[in-house]
Amino acid sequence: MPAFAVLVEVRLRPGIADPQGATIERSLPHLGFDGVRNVRVGKAIRFTVEADDEDAARSEVEDMCKRFLANPVIEDTTITLEQAARQ
Amino acid sequence: MSGRVGVVLFPGSNCEHDVVEAVDGLGGKAELIWHGTSSLAGVDLVVLPGGFAHGDYLRPGAIARFSPVMSAVADFAKEGGPVIGICNGFQVLTEAGLLPGALQKNRGLKFLCKIVEVRVETAMSALSSVASVGDVLRLPINHFEGNYTCDDRTLAELRAEDRVVFRYVDDPNGSLDRIAGITNEGRNVVGLMPHPERAVDPLLGSADGRVLVRSLLAAAGVLTTWST
Repeated sequence: MPAFAVLVEVRLRPGIADPQGATIERSLPHLGFDGVRNVRVGKAIRFTVEADDEDAARSEVEDMCKRFLANPVIEDTTITLEQAARQ
Repeated sequence: MSGRVGVVLFPGSNCEHDVVEAVDGLGGKAELIWHGTSSLAGVDLVVLPGGFAHGDYLRPGAIARFSPVMSAVADFAKEGGPVIGICNGFQVLTEAGLLPGALQKNRGLKFLCKIVEVRVETAMSALSSVASVGDVLRLPINHFEGNYTCDDRTLAELRAEDRVVFRYVDDPNGSLDRIAGITNEGRNVVGLMPHPERAVDPLLGSADGRVLVRSLLAAAGVLTTWST
């Protein structure tokens, strides 16, 4: 069965306050990095998953995101998939 | 026998004995329930205590929600059984879908550990029946993720149905509408960030939590007239 390398990015939904992002944004000018806006802090979760094909893998990962990896009240996810090289 | 209070012990819980002491001290009978068991052994009320269940990995409550005991807790709640989530327990209840909304990082990005004033907003809940609306209680908070949030529709429902049980007098953490605790539609499930169990004796800095522990005991079927 083919394996797929998965990257799930978990981000706070638009409109949800992100105190970590805001703190980073406020700190950057102190180091001379001006003009940085919209800093948002999230999580990256990587794993491999076995599935018949890419569609099946994607639908399984979407299910994981909905039920576990993210809290849909405050978080969004984006999923990146690619077929992994055989181990 | 009534008045049996089950206190769920997750790996990483750290307030379970505070709850046991407070419950036993005020006339109930507390017992610990290991998170890996799938039965509540006939208790009259369940408390999910504070702490860091499963290390708070991924998100607070995200993994605790899958502990075997949580199916039994959900069934118990569905049948009207009283369930109280304190601090981390509140986070577990939102993750489990037994209460709406979510608790995110405090607005100031600080772990907060202090006594705050909390106003009782309704006496119609398993944790406030002995209190009076307008009571201002001094209770400890002890959390990093206590910033309550929910969508507009949920907030409108909570307000319209009188389901905000506690509000902070002064907002310590950015919580929407200064919400410190809420209840479900059945008013048998209550979650709050402050710790009433740690405010049951003047030696602890406040005894204001007693009225809430007594409400909890009333929900567990302890029939006593209280002298305050």
